[in-house]
Amino acid sequence: MSTVNAASLWSRLEPLLARVQKPARYIGCEDGAVIPVHGPAKVSWLLAYPDSYEVGLPNQGLQILFEILNERDDAVAERTYAPWLDLDALMRAHNVPLFSVDHHLPAGEFDIIAFNLSSELVYTNLLNMIDLAGVPVRTVERRPEHPIIVVGGHAAFNPEPLADFIDAAVLGEGEEVVGEITEVVSQWKASGRTEGSRLAVHKALAQIPGVYVPSLYEPHYDGLRLVGVTPRYAGVPDSVVKRTISDLGQWPYPRSPIAPLTEVVHDRLAVEVFRGCTRGCRFCQAGMITRPVRERPAEQIRTMISNGLRSTGYDTVSLTSLSTADFSGIETLVGDIVSDPTACGQTSVSLPSLRVDAFTVGVAAGVANGRRSGLTFAPEAGSWRLRQVINKLITEEDLYGAVESAFSQGWHRAKLYFLTGLPTETDDDTLGIAELAANCMKIGRRHTNRAAITVSLGGFVPKPHTPFQWFGQNTVPELRRKIQLLRDATHRVKGAQVKWHDPRATLAEGIASRGDRRLGNVIERVWRNGGIFQEWTERFDVALWEDAMAAEGLPVEEFVYRHRTATEALPWDHLTAGLHKDFLWQDWQAALAESGLEDCRWTPCYDCGVCTGYGLEHVVASPIPPAGGSQGTGQDLATGGVLPEPVLVAIGRRRPSDEFAKSEGAGE
Amino acid sequence: MRARVRFSKLGKVRFTSHRDLARVFERAMRKAMIEVAYSDGFTPRPKVSFGLALPTGAESVAEYLDMELVADATPGELTGRLNAVLPRGFSVTMIERIERADVSLQQDVIACAWSIGLVGVTAAEAAAAASRVLGAETFVLERSRKGEVRRDDVRPAIESLSVTTDSSVDSVSADSVSGESVSGESVSGGVTMQAVLATRARGLRPTELLMVCFPDRDPLDVGGRVLRTCQWIERDGARWELLPLPDAAVLTPTTEVVGV
Repeated sequence: MSTVNAASLWSRLEPLLARVQKPARYIGCEDGAVIPVHGPAKVSWLLAYPDSYEVGLPNQGLQILFEILNERDDAVAERTYAPWLDLDALMRAHNVPLFSVDHHLPAGEFDIIAFNLSSELVYTNLLNMIDLAGVPVRTVERRPEHPIIVVGGHAAFNPEPLADFIDAAVLGEGEEVVGEITEVVSQWKASGRTEGSRLAVHKALAQIPGVYVPSLYEPHYDGLRLVGVTPRYAGVPDSVVKRTISDLGQWPYPRSPIAPLTEVVHDRLAVEVFRGCTRGCRFCQAGMITRPVRERPAEQIRTMISNGLRSTGYDTVSLTSLSTADFSGIETLVGDIVSDPTACGQTSVSLPSLRVDAFTVGVAAGVANGRRSGLTFAPEAGSWRLRQVINKLITEEDLYGAVESAFSQGWHRAKLYFLTGLPTETDDDTLGIAELAANCMKIGRRHTNRAAITVSLGGFVPKPHTPFQWFGQNTVPELRRKIQLLRDATHRVKGAQVKWHDPRATLAEGIASRGDRRLGNVIERVWRNGGIFQEWTERFDVALWEDAMAAEGLPVEEFVYRHRTATEALPWDHLTAGLHKDFLWQDWQAALAESGLEDCRWTPCYDCGVCTGYGLEHVVASPIPPAGGSQGTGQDLATGGVLPEPVLVAIGRRRPSDEFAKSEGAGE
Repeated sequence: MRARVRFSKLGKVRFTSHRDLARVFERAMRKAMIEVAYSDGFTPRPKVSFGLALPTGAESVAEYLDMELVADATPGELTGRLNAVLPRGFSVTMIERIERADVSLQQDVIACAWSIGLVGVTAAEAAAAASRVLGAETFVLERSRKGEVRRDDVRPAIESLSVTTDSSVDSVSADSVSGESVSGESVSGGVTMQAVLATRARGLRPTELLMVCFPDRDPLDVGGRVLRTCQWIERDGARWELLPLPDAAVLTPTTEVVGV
């Protein structure tokens, strides 16, 4: 069973690669990728990303665990990504199983296959990859010689739809827990993986905090309605709590970032500057499940950047987090990068998530390095009322200030990102988006004739572990109507363009995101009917999902569209990200009352449960709140560009203004 | 300084594309702290120009690029610094100072030598195919170039064609060079075609040569390892290799053995 004895599939794969698009996706050989060393006593992990190589390679979580595991004496890790359709078909025709890209070993020979799930639409790819590995897709059919199938990542916070297919789900951050899983699996290997031993290993895994083993739990239904999920065995915990590392500074990974030889979606050095976010946007699952805020020490960031630039040869560094402009020392940090004398040539900085304020645009301008194609801001909702509902507390003035600042500093294009289908949303809110766009166009026109505004509209999908988890998602016709309403209203605004996410894809996401175990059959049906790569527009087919729901007798209304009640059981009630369900409910009620909550880093605690539950505090690199907008500096930053002196403000009313925004980043 | 770089691309990295090459070398230069000159203008570009594209999937011991550097360095030093940082499978085998080139690498090269491993073809069949093709006055091939289907006489593009088997001394085995999958089934059963194919106007690609030689078979089935061994230029009526190597260097590029 040791992977060391398994022969490389390379010679069988090689003739197939001559016939596929972009074969470099399957060769490995990346710069910086540590070369895994196998050994008979080592637990072998195959870290899998259930999407194409271009999307999966840059994933930081996978790169971090790849290194941490390969540094251990008792583990070895390789990587795999979903083969694109052309190779998939050839592999099946020639009986070539799923392989690792490092040594091209058969996936089924690994002890553990661990999938990183960043969204729900990849669930069918997960099944496809398990199947390509030659492993039974259903957990109950697996034998002792088959790998343990584990999932982690944001979408694993409601793993119930995948309960039939996985051996375990990890809630939260993986840095520490992978070691504990290795130890359990190591003992299983040592015991000879005897007939019937999977149950024993399942029970041992369930003892690890943060590890959920669905097969050890029983769902209970009352008619169509789920009423609870409880342990089948004594000693299995009633509730599984997510894992969180307390100090990012102790985990300076990846130490050896992977630079691919071929093009990928984020082809630059990524350095994570902090985890967590306390702005409390009620629609945002990432912000809720990654609390509390833990900043990486600035000095460590600088070291990781210079080492990373030297080892990869990249000339662009992306500072990643959920809201990078909120990092305590952001201005100093980006200044240091741009002027790093040890780097060869000029280094540019990409800020993937900007707040909507002039200060942030100023920081972006400082690092833009000439090319300024577009900046993206995310006001998320078209009226102040609705932004209070979703707790995205930015004012129109913040947005106009940011846009003014962007156009005045040489950008020609701004993208405004909004959600539609939000709780309490009315047509006035939708029309408010058109008004914001029109006003932004006016500002742009004052600076350049080439000014353009793109309004991007995403359909809102309520997510587990957020205050909106009780909300009934808008129907496809309703989302279509709102999109049309906005298109008509924006039609007259010259220079403004509306783009929107397919409401049918929003529906499919909704089906998978808050489902319970009964969704397993649906996902399997979609997969068996050819529905893979569903997150790719050209491959997505809503009929596969609707037909599968109908075939399983599961009404879409029940699972997606209806509002859920205070008293009913949610499929993930036995799993927690540390947030009290009471807190989430109160926050949901506050949302309906159109009442916002300020960022809890600089205000008294709202007792969401995370810090107290983990005995943690927000870890910030500096006691000084970041400058700009509502951050309390009280300075007029409408013109941007000039970096303010940090001002220590311990207490004081802040304008409910600036917020973070998604951005394509400076210089892109 | 301006420099011409000869390098090889062997093993798994042969599946990277010509576009990928620019990415690989740009990063390698920065890793090696070799500062490349940039063009002026609104969007400055590094002054690196790559030669004739190698088909994705083909290997080569004769690839070229020209570059302009900010600082002066000896060719030996540059070679060492690049080889220390290039991904395994790529290796620089020679660097020479050059003057400003009048024509680009791509325009300069008139023909390339190829070693094409054959799969499922006996030496006798290969020899028969070669003599049939060489004996023909004209050979019309229907192929698409830049999106349009054209019928070209490609016979003139085949400058030489011969068949070698494993035992022949002069054949370069892609396997021994790359050190990978020596027992791989895709690799030739020891039968290799050696061809010199013209590159200009009506030039011929290795896959197209296989279509000409084995019209009844899928060229992807017949073709095993494809290795470019030489790029020829013409000066005053004579043929020269762009940057010739000492004989030994051709056969022993420094690629790492990978795999378990």
